[in-house]
Amino acid sequence: MWLGEPVIAAHRLVKQYGDFRAVDGIDLAVARGESFGILGPNGAGKSTTMRMLTATLQRTSGDLSILGHDPATAGPLIRAHLGVVPQQDNLDTELTVAENLFTYGRYFGLPRAYLRTRVDDLLDFAQLTDKRSAKVESLSGGMKRRLTIARGLVNEPEIVLLDEPTTGLDPQARHILWDRLFRLKESGTTLVITTHYMDEAAQLCDRLVVMDGGRIVAEGSPAALIREHCPREVVEVRFGSDRNAQAAEQLADIGQRHEVLPDRILIYTDAGEADLQRIVARGFEPITSLVRRSSLEDVFLRLTGRSLAED
Amino acid sequence: MIMQATAVTAAVAIAERHAHRPGAGIYAGRARTVLARNAVAVRTTNAFVFATGFIEPVLFLVAFGYGIGGLVGTVDVAGQVVSYAAFIAPALLASSAMNGALMDATYNVFFKMHHQRLYQAMTATSLGAMDVALGEIAWAMVRGAAYAVGFLVVIGAFGLVVSWSAVLMVPAAVLVAFAFAAIGMTLTSYMSSFQQLNWVSFALLPMFLFSGTFFPITVYPVWLQHVIEALPLWQAIAMMRGLMLGELDGGLAFHVGYFAVLSVLGLWITTRRLDALFLR
Repeated sequence: MWLGEPVIAAHRLVKQYGDFRAVDGIDLAVARGESFGILGPNGAGKSTTMRMLTATLQRTSGDLSILGHDPATAGPLIRAHLGVVPQQDNLDTELTVAENLFTYGRYFGLPRAYLRTRVDDLLDFAQLTDKRSAKVESLSGGMKRRLTIARGLVNEPEIVLLDEPTTGLDPQARHILWDRLFRLKESGTTLVITTHYMDEAAQLCDRLVVMDGGRIVAEGSPAALIREHCPREVVEVRFGSDRNAQAAEQLADIGQRHEVLPDRILIYTDAGEADLQRIVARGFEPITSLVRRSSLEDVFLRLTGRSLAED
Repeated sequence: MIMQATAVTAAVAIAERHAHRPGAGIYAGRARTVLARNAVAVRTTNAFVFATGFIEPVLFLVAFGYGIGGLVGTVDVAGQVVSYAAFIAPALLASSAMNGALMDATYNVFFKMHHQRLYQAMTATSLGAMDVALGEIAWAMVRGAAYAVGFLVVIGAFGLVVSWSAVLMVPAAVLVAFAFAAIGMTLTSYMSSFQQLNWVSFALLPMFLFSGTFFPITVYPVWLQHVIEALPLWQAIAMMRGLMLGELDGGLAFHVGYFAVLSVLGLWITTRRLDALFLR
């Protein structure tokens, strides 16, 4: 579903620090109105990519175009179009909640009269209206994130880039945040989101790339990626860490493919319940067993041989 | 509900107006918004810390000017005989401008840069590196100049002001504060720990004691006099002393030029550093 020219286009994009290539020749194209995910473990190059897309880090080589401009020459102009939500909150702790929004708008050169109503709208959007005069330190982690997102919207950006927006938040705060991001998406804003949470990518992203070691290892919609790389279902069985490997050998003919992890065996199959019954029929008694649908987590495991959420 | 503009938004229109100006990549012409941020944030500043900057030179003036001054009597400065208090007053004014500007441009800037990540937030907007540098240096200048003006009122009240040209010490203090703020922020931009900031304080004490503050530098061998004359605090003290005593000559023009060069240099290097740290 391409709506004209991509708003972000990268070709063989590289960022090199000394001998280390943090980003190693990636190609990206993000369409207007799309919600685009960059998924990968810590150190995959997500944040470095993000900083290049926000025109605050210059590439080593390759081409990059954001809304038709080159960030190497049109940084301030590009940044006027963007809303940036960094990984670590960098709210102004010497200002109140409302002052944070107002001051940030002034950095864009927005007029005071305009900002007075804009700040009210944003406080409402972030559900922080009753906190408008509070100091930033007094806010909870979820509130700070919402304020950071609201701050990123002060200039009515066409593209909002969020670097790990829900890392470190409790489940309830994550859901509130996702709800706010859904609203943004519905209003037509292009979203670019990095995450190492598979459920977050599946929830929020129309399309995503999986990064590992500075490269893109897969690309597609969450459903298509799962379809392409994994059978429909997964049987998870645990036999205890000393018996998993041995059991896996004896179950080798069951399912299409196995992943033997230290604590469990994953059996990829199109018929999970039937295969679990075959395992039990052979006299195996797993300590725990679970049949579930394949997820992005399994895609990542398949592509990189490593699990994502190890932190 | 959040409104979503499909047309060119206000922020983009503003950025587009600036985009074709020379230097648009580093300066958006909005340093005042950074300055305004500091004016809003100042009320959270520890008022006691702020006040000590006013009080310190007054304590020096009383203890040295009137205490030691009673033993010293008068001093001969380029043909004019003045009281010891009047001799050290312009020097204390110069150092209060310096201290106020440096306190802000070192400790406060370091905190904003590394702990608050404030410049990271500012540079994510359509501001350029020079907007941030100029806004921050200007704020440090305000603090330095405020100390100097406060002290000028005090020495006026003590009856130490003898020449009309002493009024020019106000713009002179602004210039001195700007130059020290610019150099201070340049140094801070190269530092990675609070310990390194102590080196600045460590260098300031001997400069304060031996730059002709409390006695003329003619007591030193000639080569050492030249070294001290090259230091910014001596330049500031010589300028202030000349203005207080009404000596408006070529020396004054040289001091002004000296601080103008330091200001431009400090602003330029700070801009380049912020650009390298946050936008490269």
